[in-house]
Amino acid sequence: MRSFILRRLATSVPVVLGVVTLVFALIHLVPGDPVDAMLGESALPAQREELRHALGLDRPILVQYAHFLGGLVRGDLGTSFRRATPVTALLAQRYPATAQLTLAAMAVATLVALPLGVLAALRARTWIDHGSSAAALFGVSVPNFWLGPMLILVFAIRLDWLPVSGRDGLANLVLPAITLGLGLAGILTRMTRSSLLETLGEDYIRTAKAKGLGPAVIVWKHAMRNALIPIVTLMALQFGALLAGSVITETIFSWPGVGKLLLEGIRTRDYPVVQGVVLSIALTYVAVNLLTDLLYAWVNPSIRFGGRS
Amino acid sequence: MSGAADTGRRRMLRRFLAHQGAMVGLALSCGMVVLAAVGPSIAPHDPIAQDLAGRLSPPGAGHWLGQDSLGRDVLSRILVGARVSLSVGVVVVCVSATIGTLVGAIVGLAGGWVDEVAMRLVDVLLAFPGILLAIALGAVLGPGLDHTVLALCVLGWVGYARLVRGQVLALREREFVQAAVALGAGRARIVRKHLIPNLLAPVLVQATFGMASAIVAEASLSFLGLGVVPPTPSWGSMIDDGRLYLEQAPHVAAFPGIAILLTVLGLNFLGDGLRDALDVKGSS
Repeated sequence: MRSFILRRLATSVPVVLGVVTLVFALIHLVPGDPVDAMLGESALPAQREELRHALGLDRPILVQYAHFLGGLVRGDLGTSFRRATPVTALLAQRYPATAQLTLAAMAVATLVALPLGVLAALRARTWIDHGSSAAALFGVSVPNFWLGPMLILVFAIRLDWLPVSGRDGLANLVLPAITLGLGLAGILTRMTRSSLLETLGEDYIRTAKAKGLGPAVIVWKHAMRNALIPIVTLMALQFGALLAGSVITETIFSWPGVGKLLLEGIRTRDYPVVQGVVLSIALTYVAVNLLTDLLYAWVNPSIRFGGRS
Repeated sequence: MSGAADTGRRRMLRRFLAHQGAMVGLALSCGMVVLAAVGPSIAPHDPIAQDLAGRLSPPGAGHWLGQDSLGRDVLSRILVGARVSLSVGVVVVCVSATIGTLVGAIVGLAGGWVDEVAMRLVDVLLAFPGILLAIALGAVLGPGLDHTVLALCVLGWVGYARLVRGQVLALREREFVQAAVALGAGRARIVRKHLIPNLLAPVLVQATFGMASAIVAEASLSFLGLGVVPPTPSWGSMIDDGRLYLEQAPHVAAFPGIAILLTVLGLNFLGDGLRDALDVKGSS
């Protein structure tokens, strides 16, 4: 296991370096001057020079890159141009809200997808299965930037059951979590159905049936235990998509997380903030993927010893 | 040989035509293509003409889907917006599929360090989940249709490259390719006669799902103010405009969303049907 961990960590190093380089290049190598973009066309030359110097843009590109890498190692992502606050402090302030929303969205997806997927697998090729598949495809297809406003319209404005926006209590979490989680619910429903169907065809399930075990015990104690492995893996891999999706959901519901921070950074052309948020989301995603792989190897020895393609 | 291939094709076509979801998807997708083609000429009003006296009017006789915050006709904007959305989808899919297929085929055939370098690059790009990289690029490049297409293509080719590389690696080991090599067939002939025909089905399935993703991504960027520049109608920016008036005029946000939902649902149904009919595994 130790050699697998070391090997997997080693393959993550070039990816992390690549991500860091790409995020650096995004701001520094694209056509146009970031200072012009930040200050607008009406800025005076002296203001431009001052900002260029403050951002270190007057130094050679390789020096800037080395400085950027050095800062990263020390946990320094620069200072927000608009708020004069370190970007890491802003991220630390906003990350808990995004983590809360993302985990709530995962809970919503699981609560919807597991029963629906299990039901579809147990009643394969019946109208229940077709209905569940259609519902799953609807979940995958509905855009969250439309679902959010429609949920607000029905449950906050018309029925007045839930608040429109903010983060004052659990009630505030319901609509954003559904908005963010419904797409994942669709993907998970399909995965649960196919994974359980495959497991139900295995020999040990036939043995369990022959032993006279009841259907509930067979499904929940025997089949689901194995069917859950790909489902949990998929959930972990979709964690990053939820983090990216939070940009839109947080904007709709004024949820004070990193997604909203990113959009505020974009609107005010605060590039250190944009750079910091994009980098933090990508690196979180890489870390979650790494953790998933390690957990997967831990529960499945054939990967540890045989290698994984 | 050609008889067997014809029978196989006929069987696929029969499976496709018998797939209810595929037929629903085909009907929806064809409907959207027709709307995008003729939309601007059948739009009842000028999609950018403002009528402030009628702002936020509900659906009625003169304006079937109502008017937006500047009094513009929602139906006309949806019809013209269909062309914008579908054009972005088609361009992004064509460019991404072409680049991705070429890269995937080249690295799959070349192997060695070429494959290693390309796959590490793919890993780096895949470390940006969802449309995060497109948002970042949109933020740096600024809004605009060409920037949106560029941002979506930068990440779009990766999925095709991974798919095609995997297919090429698997096909290289298949007996009919080994036999062709043993009979002295050149690399170009093997690619033309054996690889490309076998790559078409999975790429087609991936392109159908990719089109749905590209349409949602364009609308997402426009919703965030990073996509199509106003007053050009885009379904995403129409929803963004409408969500400010949900209480007084829910129709402004509701109808463009329904247009996106039907388009994406149609493409996803079609993709599912194609995958089942062509017996392609692992694309979604």
